[in-house]
Amino acid sequence: MSTPETPAVRPRVVLVDDHAMFRAGVRAEIGDAVDIVGEAATVAEAIATIRHTKPSVVLLDVHLPDGGGPAVVGAVLPELSETRFLALSVSDAGEDVIAVIRSGARGYVTKTISGADLTDAIRRVADGDVVFSPRLAGFVLDAFRDSDAGPSPSVDPELDQLTPREQEVLRLLARGYSYREIGAELFISIKTVETHASNVLRKLQLSSRHQLTRWAADRRLV
Amino acid sequence: MTTATGPNPGNPVTLAAPRLYRAVRGRMLGGVAVSLADYLAVPRWFVRAAFFVLMFAGGMGVLLYGAFWIVLPTSPQEKENPRRAAVEYVVALCAGAIVLLVNARTLPLGWWFVPSVFALFGGLLLWRQATETERERWRRLSRASLMGGTFDRTGALRLVAGITLVLAGGAFVLARAGISAVGVVLAAMLVTLAGIALITGPWWFKLVAELSSERRERIRVEERADIAAHLHDSVLQTLALIQRNANSPREVSRLARSQERELRTKLYGAGVTNGQFGAALRAAAAEVEDTYAITIEVVIVGDGAIDTRLDAVLAATREAMVNAGKHAGVTTVSVYAEISDDEVSVFVRDRGAGFDPSLIEPDRQGVRGSIIGRLERHRGTATIKSTPDQGTEVALRMEL
Repeated sequence: MSTPETPAVRPRVVLVDDHAMFRAGVRAEIGDAVDIVGEAATVAEAIATIRHTKPSVVLLDVHLPDGGGPAVVGAVLPELSETRFLALSVSDAGEDVIAVIRSGARGYVTKTISGADLTDAIRRVADGDVVFSPRLAGFVLDAFRDSDAGPSPSVDPELDQLTPREQEVLRLLARGYSYREIGAELFISIKTVETHASNVLRKLQLSSRHQLTRWAADRRLV
Repeated sequence: MTTATGPNPGNPVTLAAPRLYRAVRGRMLGGVAVSLADYLAVPRWFVRAAFFVLMFAGGMGVLLYGAFWIVLPTSPQEKENPRRAAVEYVVALCAGAIVLLVNARTLPLGWWFVPSVFALFGGLLLWRQATETERERWRRLSRASLMGGTFDRTGALRLVAGITLVLAGGAFVLARAGISAVGVVLAAMLVTLAGIALITGPWWFKLVAELSSERRERIRVEERADIAAHLHDSVLQTLALIQRNANSPREVSRLARSQERELRTKLYGAGVTNGQFGAALRAAAAEVEDTYAITIEVVIVGDGAIDTRLDAVLAATREAMVNAGKHAGVTTVSVYAEISDDEVSVFVRDRGAGFDPSLIEPDRQGVRGSIIGRLERHRGTATIKSTPDQGTEVALRMEL
């Protein structure tokens, strides 16, 4: 969580949020550690800005007036495979979070996150990691919980299940553990923890498990 | 709020609509045709021709004319010679009576003609006797039934068709009342109803539409007032408190946090505990947050109804959160709870001061009694993992 690294690899960040005040706050908090190369308040603006600046990370509000975060990711991701998206939300509604992750975002954090943690999350996303806030970990655990409904007729049943190891990693993430602490707890390397996390994210994005959508729609976490 | 939504009883503006007076100027006989033509905005010859044509329908034209003559007042601005007016009345009445009698005896249509004339006169008398406000309302209603106040062709046609049907129906009923032709009476009633529906249908429709739109508007207004009141009671007060405590970051964040939670509850309506473990845990966390000015990140997977054993877990969790708030010296605490069909597990974790668990003094009721003892009494386990300067994690487990 500290910042003792080389300034040579400062991530280039675009901020997408419809509240100018919130953008100003984020800019003030993380502007020293990253390069904020653009800001946008709407889906159309965001797509134009991202195409123009080609940032390494887009900090994306889940809720936007004209379509929401998933619309931005869906429009830009196919042409800019180097750009990563980190979802940022105050809503915490399960269906919104799941929707933006499934559209291709590489992580989700809540807006109450501290500046240092946010900077850290941006760096990790820029490096290709995935970022699970405890809340997202909880959503995923809940969504993949075994229920008697069972998996839907699926192309790849493996995508509809979490391995016991992945569940362990997610539980520790939900308990507020860092990757390093998880590695120590489970006697595995940080790299392995990262692999588990990104596998979980991939399953979340690709799973056709029918409970996932229904679960997310039913769920309203506050 | 409802200014643009048509007739509004009691609104003096609508009373200024044109009144139907019997004209004094430009008249040929009693001024009835002239005033009707002006009122309906049709050519005068048209009205006169109509009366003329109706005269051959059993003298209907004469009767109608007479009736209008008697019933319509002259305009207050155009004074009429009172003696002439009296003479006119008498003439009109006589003419009407003669036509009536002639028709009643000679015409084959007499059996329906007489009652319909009575109905007509009854209606006109009612009109004449009604107070000004009542008349105004009737006029407004009939205008509204003619396509929202403007007189157009379809509206007029509908009105004419409707009136005809009502008269015909009424005549049927009156004429056949004595005869045991129930079917005919029913048919007549149907015809009458159809006529009434034709005349007043649009008005009813409009009335219902207005009522529902008014109700919607009222609900909106009430909601707005409700939100405004809520914002005033909570958000504005909190903002004022925050300004006063600007030099105490901890207090500011406590206020902001509790306000945030309150707004969320208000907006997403998740404030009720309704006996579920998850909601109760969130409520407990909120309370601890408020008391110790910390942020508790609560993640809950699954849920279940609270029984005595889950209640024990809840109380122990609460105690663990309080300990973290009191002793850890941190601003953030993580709580993770997972409830499945056969097990519940809760983890309360902070990255604060920590302590050596083996050194818990026997008199520390908080940890021994409230957490470990409580869980053990309910066949659960509580383990406390703590490292000085690294933080503490309390793990509670119970098989269900």
